[in-house]
Amino acid sequence: MRRLDLARPVMVKRLLRSRWPQLLATLAALSGFTFAIAAGLFGTPVGNRNFAVVFIWIAWWAVLVLVLVPILGRGWCSVCPIPAPGEWLQRGAILGPDRRGLGFDRRWPRRLRNIWLQNAGFLLLALFAVVVLTHPTVTAVLLLVILLLATGVSLLFERRAFCRYLCPVGGFIGLYSQLAPVELRVRDSSVCASHREKTCYTGNNDGYGCPWQVFPAGLVKNINCGLCMECVRTCPYDNIALNLRAPGSDLLEARGRRLDEAYKAFIMLGAAIVYSAVMLGPWSVLKTAAYSVGSQAWAAYAAGFMAFVLGALPGFFFLAVHFGCRLAGCARPRKAFTSLSYSLVPLGLAAWVAFSVSFALANGSYIWPLLSDPLGWGWDLVGLRGASWSPYLTGLVGPIQAVVLIGGFAWSGVSAKRIARQLVAADAAGESGDRLALPVVLFGLLITLILLALFVA
Amino acid sequence: MLRRRSDSRRRVGLGTVQSPLRLRASAILAVAALAVLLLPVPGSRQLPSYRTVRVDAEAYAYTPAVVEVAYGDTVEIELVSNDVVHGIYIEGYDLSVSADPGQTARLRFVADRGGSFRFYCSVSCGPLHPFMSGRLKVGGGGLFWRAAGIVLIGAAALFLVRWR
Repeated sequence: MRRLDLARPVMVKRLLRSRWPQLLATLAALSGFTFAIAAGLFGTPVGNRNFAVVFIWIAWWAVLVLVLVPILGRGWCSVCPIPAPGEWLQRGAILGPDRRGLGFDRRWPRRLRNIWLQNAGFLLLALFAVVVLTHPTVTAVLLLVILLLATGVSLLFERRAFCRYLCPVGGFIGLYSQLAPVELRVRDSSVCASHREKTCYTGNNDGYGCPWQVFPAGLVKNINCGLCMECVRTCPYDNIALNLRAPGSDLLEARGRRLDEAYKAFIMLGAAIVYSAVMLGPWSVLKTAAYSVGSQAWAAYAAGFMAFVLGALPGFFFLAVHFGCRLAGCARPRKAFTSLSYSLVPLGLAAWVAFSVSFALANGSYIWPLLSDPLGWGWDLVGLRGASWSPYLTGLVGPIQAVVLIGGFAWSGVSAKRIARQLVAADAAGESGDRLALPVVLFGLLITLILLALFVA
Repeated sequence: MLRRRSDSRRRVGLGTVQSPLRLRASAILAVAALAVLLLPVPGSRQLPSYRTVRVDAEAYAYTPAVVEVAYGDTVEIELVSNDVVHGIYIEGYDLSVSADPGQTARLRFVADRGGSFRFYCSVSCGPLHPFMSGRLKVGGGGLFWRAAGIVLIGAAALFLVRWR
């Protein structure tokens, strides 16, 4: 598959090697997040009049899901402010690697080197989402806890253990970064093989060893690459490329398919369906149950959420794969289950884009009065306090959602066929692969129809 | 690599449809897709009438939550707020009205855009205000049926049309 190396031009190379653009973006984001925490703690409790809720759950979320993840994959991770203070303390520096930092530099436990904790963390947050999204104080406390947790983990463990194994947002950004048209890879792996020092992993005077604990020559997917550009700085042979590629190339990479990532695909797809029903649907009983944390209704909602996301969705998918295996004659349905789960990644992202489009366009105009009065204290800093709520492009929301979901289904279907063909013997790829893929595509079809019903029926 | 059953390449089946059949299948699917996109959906040809719909707003919910009218109907929504100030804003039509507690507000319009439109509260009414919503269905929800049709045709195309 053809790739265009964006890092070839000297100017781009200099830009990627310089720490300043990244630092400035991180500082800007850190300022925003810090102010959001302050606004959440000390500002008005009215969600749509408070910077914390509007900045985090409307502005940041919309930019993340609608722009950054689909285009840059883990681009956000390279400037994310959450791990920044901990990383600065860990390194004892904000820029170059010229001082000895604090921290114990312990290795992350081998048993936890997967994303199961990220899956659990996301699910835990998802159960409280309606409260988190509507209460500035809860949003602020959540941000503060995550910031402190990230700092503590950075001081105790080496590199970016928090981002790699704990961050509840990082897990899904990594999953969907496989669809991005951008990737960081080595240009010539033989150069890396003969390079004894492996400075991209160990670090040198020009930069740190890979914070994400990845050896770039072994990168075959975007999932674990945080696009921090340290390897671009530390490689003495200028052997790191930032490629423009066909979107979704990673889905067809047979190496490194794992059950924890497969489950992430189900969790994200399931959460998108539940959120769409709860937050965008007309069923007040669902909204009230999701909001009444601690009540019996909420317990039933939480149990239903878990059963759907962790049981029903993967369960029906397994039955589909099992049936496909019987049709195609494959012997290892468990491996097929894990591999074919990756075909749901495009549909999952499409579901989140469709959900976020509606949410962002309906509520985006809350941003303007907040520029004048971010704490809801009655200020009018730039004369926009009186800006009225006015949803954007409301006539286009439904058609956009329908087109996005149709595209996501098509992409998932094509991916399922290609992955299925990998799973059967090469010489019989056509028919047997299609037989294996058929029930999986029908599963995707059913999910797409459910999503269309939720969004545009 | 997974074990497989041996299959005859000559048999017409999934992934092995012969070329003339593939061509025919492609043509049929293309015509079907055009039909789904262009033909009127069931329920969109009812005669227009005057409809009055009472919508109660209370505790972040509308009753009824789904309002169905025919394409071309003149619709009068009577919004009755039963607790705090609530509003109603209809997506696609860009119309809104608000009602004080215990009061009724009226919104009249001609349902001249077919499809399914969310309506939601236009007045900040409490923590769940951003999620207080309902649906206005005009003329049978054409967008859903068209999108569902395209998805079904796409699924068929995945297995019937030549594909690498």
